[in-house]
Amino acid sequence: MNARTISLAIAFLLLATVPVWIPGIYYVNVASQVLIYAVFALGLNILAGYGGLVSLGHAGLFGISCYATGYLLQAGFGHSFAIIAALVAGVAATAVFAVLSLRSSGIGFIMITLALGQILWGLAYRWISLTGGDNGINIKTRPQPFGYSLADANHFYYATLIVFLIAIVMVTIFARSPLGAALMGTRDQPRRMNALGYHVLAIRFWACLFSGLLTAGSGILFVYYTQFISPQTLSLTSSAEVLLMVISGGAGTLLGPVVGAALVVIVKTVVSGFIERWNFLLGAIFVAIVILMPEGLVPGSARLWRLATRRRGQKTPPVKETAP
Amino acid sequence: MSFYLVLTVNSITFGGLLFLLSAGFSLIFGLMRIPNLTHGSLFMIGAYVGATLVIGLVGYKFNFWLAALLATLVVAFVGALTERLLLRRLPGNEMAQVLVTLGLSFMAADFCLMVWGGDPLSVPTPAGLGGFARLGVMVFPLYRLAIIAIAVVIAVALWLLLDRTRIGAMIRAGVDDPDMARVVGIRVSQLFTLVFALGAGLAGFAGIIGGPILSVYPGLDQDMLPLALVVVILGGSGSLLGSFVGSLIVGFIYNFGQALLPELAYFVLFLPMLLVLLMRPQGLFGRHVP
Repeated sequence: MNARTISLAIAFLLLATVPVWIPGIYYVNVASQVLIYAVFALGLNILAGYGGLVSLGHAGLFGISCYATGYLLQAGFGHSFAIIAALVAGVAATAVFAVLSLRSSGIGFIMITLALGQILWGLAYRWISLTGGDNGINIKTRPQPFGYSLADANHFYYATLIVFLIAIVMVTIFARSPLGAALMGTRDQPRRMNALGYHVLAIRFWACLFSGLLTAGSGILFVYYTQFISPQTLSLTSSAEVLLMVISGGAGTLLGPVVGAALVVIVKTVVSGFIERWNFLLGAIFVAIVILMPEGLVPGSARLWRLATRRRGQKTPPVKETAP
Repeated sequence: MSFYLVLTVNSITFGGLLFLLSAGFSLIFGLMRIPNLTHGSLFMIGAYVGATLVIGLVGYKFNFWLAALLATLVVAFVGALTERLLLRRLPGNEMAQVLVTLGLSFMAADFCLMVWGGDPLSVPTPAGLGGFARLGVMVFPLYRLAIIAIAVVIAVALWLLLDRTRIGAMIRAGVDDPDMARVVGIRVSQLFTLVFALGAGLAGFAGIIGGPILSVYPGLDQDMLPLALVVVILGGSGSLLGSFVGSLIVGFIYNFGQALLPELAYFVLFLPMLLVLLMRPQGLFGRHVP
């Protein structure tokens, strides 16, 4: 417990001082991106990890909040109204997603969410009068909460960090709450949960809404970060990427999605500057993770760590036995 | 009038290609319960390998049909290898299967980009099929008719294989109840490799056969995979008839949608799939809910 608090404090200090120790604005922006995608992955992890409902359409929900923000700002509304309305729009869209897709689970759920995501992508791509098609929507300014301008990369990083920390705390509370426990129950034993009197559908529905809230939050951060939104954001590739973040880091763990987001964003932005074939590398990393640590990087490393420490622990008892 | 007739022929042709692509996808999905997200990549690899041989990038211009056969064998081998080395380790673990098949498709896309570059390759129509067939005042491109014929022949062959042979009976038993099939002595795991190789080979074959119509370009994999998914959802997984009917439906919706409702083309493509999922989750001809 003590070691846990210390490592949490160190992690927090490292995150809080990123603009100080990281070399250059470019890497501060990479750190912002990691945190944005970490929030997105945390949102998907609620469903894919804790709920066992693998969604391949989450980029569509992410995109809805992006477009809502962009569209409202373009229409002349203020930042606070646009942000709140985009959150509401994202959660409402998730509710529709949930009603349609929760009729099935397993591979069926993957396919329905994929179809829904593709529908949203198709609309964004082709419904040019609303979305601008491939030209997308530009956003001119970032908000100024309490007069603190977010135009600067460092300032924006801190805003992202605050949202990220709120998301982490929310997910921690959720995972420990009765609702979180019930959700994991419906993942492992849906029939028994039903027999025990739990309303499996209702539990999954609420989980969807929570997942949608985090997704919408990350979408708003994303659209303010890039100040641009195009259909590419809603594509199947985007949905696949965030799902890969969750699975590669470790689905159903708190830190897995964060580690996965860092892995994917760093390979996409930093490593791609050095290696032309970064896409190949990313694919190879995913395959290697499945072979070496099928449960994901975070639980896999924890397992290796336990194995290593247990071996050390096993060496000592025989010594003790022979000693007396 | 002739506009709609041409559109109809194009729809059936595209449906034929989709059938070749999705029949294997459906069997893999139905028998092995694996969402094989590399299927679009297999299609693209088949197209690239075949195009390379046909265009003569290796120094010798192969006959189109010989090249198609070789591409089919190469892709079938790649599929069998994937199954033996990777997917075999992950039975029942959907998330790991999604991760590994998506990872492989990333690798395949980048590999093709590295070897063949970003420019599209156009594949010449095979000798003797470049002309047109005349029916009264109507004119049909021969090659498109040939694709329809090939798709029908392969559909019949697959049906005979599944319905009339011992292997086919074993595959059907595996689709319906893998555990019971094992109990009665069917080596389901060997069937897995066989079905995977067959499905991959069909996808690769569809890739090169479709080459003269679609041409071969980076991103072909991502264009085809969602279509194969829609077909299988519509028709029902593991059902040959379902793939056939689903392919025709999607071929028509895709072509007519692009021509008549370009703004909503993708919307009308995925909407019927959604409706089927909601009304009949197992698909039109599927036997069990995936």
